[in-house]
Amino acid sequence: MIGVELGKLLRRPRTWVVILLLDALPTLVAVLLAITDIGPRPGEGPAFLSAVLSNGRLFPAAALAIVLPLFLPVSVAVVAGDAIAGEAQAGTLRYLLARPVGRTRLLVAKLVSAVVFVFLAVTVVAVTAYFVGTRLFGNEPLPVTSVSGTTLTPREAVLRTLLAMVYVALSMLGVAAVALFLSTLTDSPLAAALGALAVLVTSTLLLTLDAARALQPYLPTRYWLAFVDLFRQPILWREVLRGVGLQAVYVVVLLGAAWAHFTTKDVKS
Amino acid sequence: MTESAIHTSGLTKRFGSLTAVDGVDLDVPQGDVYGFLGPNGSGKTTTVRMLLGLVLPTAGTVVVLGEPIPRRAGRVLHRVGAIVEAPAAYGHLSGRTNLALFDAAGPGGPRRTRRRRIDTALEQVGLARVGRRPVKAYSHGMRQRLGLAAALLRQPELLVLDEPTNGLDPQGIREIRELLLALNADGTTIFLSSHLLAEVEQMCARVGVVDRGRLVLQEDLATVRAPTGRVVVHTPDVDVAVALLDGRLGERAGDRLVIATDDPAELNLRLVAGGVRVRELVPERRTLEEVVLAATSAGSDRVDGTDREPKTGREPGTDVEAAR
Repeated sequence: MIGVELGKLLRRPRTWVVILLLDALPTLVAVLLAITDIGPRPGEGPAFLSAVLSNGRLFPAAALAIVLPLFLPVSVAVVAGDAIAGEAQAGTLRYLLARPVGRTRLLVAKLVSAVVFVFLAVTVVAVTAYFVGTRLFGNEPLPVTSVSGTTLTPREAVLRTLLAMVYVALSMLGVAAVALFLSTLTDSPLAAALGALAVLVTSTLLLTLDAARALQPYLPTRYWLAFVDLFRQPILWREVLRGVGLQAVYVVVLLGAAWAHFTTKDVKS
Repeated sequence: MTESAIHTSGLTKRFGSLTAVDGVDLDVPQGDVYGFLGPNGSGKTTTVRMLLGLVLPTAGTVVVLGEPIPRRAGRVLHRVGAIVEAPAAYGHLSGRTNLALFDAAGPGGPRRTRRRRIDTALEQVGLARVGRRPVKAYSHGMRQRLGLAAALLRQPELLVLDEPTNGLDPQGIREIRELLLALNADGTTIFLSSHLLAEVEQMCARVGVVDRGRLVLQEDLATVRAPTGRVVVHTPDVDVAVALLDGRLGERAGDRLVIATDDPAELNLRLVAGGVRVRELVPERRTLEEVVLAATSAGSDRVDGTDREPKTGREPGTDVEAAR
């Protein structure tokens, strides 16, 4: 069943259109930077961008920072929100279940397929950014300057970029779980995706609000930007690990809720 | 005694205060073609969905091919082919790819034979040369055929078909009917849910009629349509005939007479011997339409509030939990 779901994901034109669009934004930013040569001042704009002008090898990290706050979660919400609700809307859900595909099995396959999408999207963004970055900003195997001001060897830089990719992908699992849960509640993929986005916007908003300080450690977007810590010397693991732990909690709780609801639901679509 | 292909007892489904299906005891013998009839909104589709484990019953049991549903659905449903309401497929993929994905999704469809089974099923439903075009470019009738092909992929022992000829032209309807009858002749049990009486009348050996969630009739079609003990005679010599029949006359309308008798041959002899010219003489049989109309009320899509009193659900929660 997992194989079937992956086949469906990869064969679907929408998957590739979304990934292409995800790629377009950082590429546009890179082109603008290269043409104008006006970088944001250090400490402003998306992380790493100011450093990119001097070394294109840092651009994958910058590209991840560009898509992380909005584009990536939106695309994840769309894909995961479509998981069950999309099948319900198309009418294929009843045929899958009568095939028979166990409901738990279908849910797990959909989650795996959403996770694969996230990793695929992050990888494509990073790889494209590497090529675009080294083309436009030079490809000197110079030591990269870490966020802490010390230098990273090229090997270290690559390793940390890979770590950052994994962390960004894991950060999306909370959104995926919210969207998947909502997807079992409704027959409208749009409603599920928008619901997940509403959660995301709420979380982002509360993070800026001092009055919500007590809630902040539990908000799904709280540790997203911690991936910057992976480029410190030495790596600052504290927030990264908390971020991974928090995402795991969201996945377990929401998936449990999705499972409890979906396995006892009357499929009338 | 052979076991039933489908057996339900006391099957009940409530949605809130609405009782959609109310104590239905279906019995579909193996090898039969069973017609499941009823007006719109009478609970046909909800019943079909319960047979397939999609909707979970509030009370009662379902046994399909000897296994309880939904508890053992995973063990048995791959031996069942189904069309539930409209067929559905992924529009951006070809029909063939859709069938392959669908087959690979569940048990009982070995990969080794998949290609051959898909070819056979497409051929059976008349889509053998459909090629690679995506399903979104299919006509309504082609989608219906594809849905049927999906149901036939694993040569199921039981077909549960909800309106399988929907959207087909008369030619297509006839083709599908012949296909289904051929499958039945090879031993496939067919459970056909429909509101097309003519279709059911031509195919089914047994009918069940639901009305407002209750099974109001379950009978062999031959029994339902047995002679009524009356004979319809058309004759130009009405007055002579009436005089001859002394009291056995049921109705009289123009040149049409309805006569109560168990022996049409004897009646014919008497009429002809008495000098009555008989144009037509037929033992009266009720049509399926008459039977169904007599057994059911107006469909629930009619909302004029004349004779349909709202159905009152029982107290919620009394035996809902007990049934799970």
